[in-house]
Amino acid sequence: MANKESTFTNMLLTMVIVTSIAALALGGVYKATKDPIQQNQDRKMNAALKNVLPDFDNNIAKDTVSVQMEAGEKVMLYKAKKDDELVGVAVETYTMKGYSGLIKLMVGFLPDGTIKNISVLQHAETPGLGDKMEEDKSDWSEQFNDKNPAEYELSVSKDGGNVDAITAATISSRAYCDAVKRAYDAFKKEMKGGK
Amino acid sequence: MNQVQNFTKGLFKENPVFVMMLGLCPALGVTTSAINGLGMGLATTFVLLMSNIVVSIIKKSIPPKVRIPSFIVIIASFVTIVDLTMNAYLPALHKELGLFIPLIVVNCLVMGRAEGFASKNNTFSSIIDAIGMGFGFAIALTILGGVREILGSGAIFGITLVDADLMLAFVLAPGAFIGLGYLIALHRLIKSN
Repeated sequence: MANKESTFTNMLLTMVIVTSIAALALGGVYKATKDPIQQNQDRKMNAALKNVLPDFDNNIAKDTVSVQMEAGEKVMLYKAKKDDELVGVAVETYTMKGYSGLIKLMVGFLPDGTIKNISVLQHAETPGLGDKMEEDKSDWSEQFNDKNPAEYELSVSKDGGNVDAITAATISSRAYCDAVKRAYDAFKKEMKGGK
Repeated sequence: MNQVQNFTKGLFKENPVFVMMLGLCPALGVTTSAINGLGMGLATTFVLLMSNIVVSIIKKSIPPKVRIPSFIVIIASFVTIVDLTMNAYLPALHKELGLFIPLIVVNCLVMGRAEGFASKNNTFSSIIDAIGMGFGFAIALTILGGVREILGSGAIFGITLVDADLMLAFVLAPGAFIGLGYLIALHRLIKSN
């Protein structure tokens, strides 16, 4: 095998050429896939918003507020209006307390604070256990619907709350409650502070 | 070695997971269901094929001392291409495998075939080798995923067979090790007969 000699110039040239071609190829692919990836994310977001809110007719992507929480965290609120009247607020909330870290939820509230519905946006919980929080995997998350956190303790029954934990996935259930609670706090803050 | 042997060696005799024990990180990590195993196997096959082709073509113009960095750049580029393309056109599968796709870069199977086979053989043999090894990897992952899915959640390819939680341990990490151990033993048994 007549390989090129490993002289300094040869090595330098080779690496420059290899990395340049790689960079060009990656740039091209990134450009080509950028729009479809963005569209996928928008579609997912819209589906989640529609799922957790009552019927609305405003451009919800524009009617957003970000609420500052205590520890410098920001939570996004989406206001749903019908005929210019507020019919619900969706809160994009999260928690870091999941069994595998980050969980993102979309929680829909009616103007009086009652939970309309909850969608899971992102999670990495154990398949077969913690992933039962997804609404198409089990009906566990339905117990939150039509409950008002003002009189419904958002923690698992083991901790003295009103939520039945997922069997063998108490940590995931606790994290879920933590995220919903954060959503409710943001919702309360916004409703008290503004209009 | 003729090309038929070259192809079939990856499927059984030198199966990357059961015999060479390469790429065990994804083999243990993603195989919570048969479909995840298959998806990961096919993604790895694609990267393996593309990197084997490129490495076998440019092997003579790469100075030996920088061959490993060059191979890594090539492999990492193809992995990123797979990652972006999957995210754009197969978002559901990407959601499941997302975490593990970037790990194909450090999959010793891909590196091992580039260094151990493609850099010493011609392009055609390298293509055959990549397809054989890739399919062998995909088959191994699908079987392991299938076993874990059946025992753990009573389903196969997402179709429920038994509507109950069976041996939950098989969906969790220990099940991957136990399942793989028994599959390797079975492989040895078949091979020795």
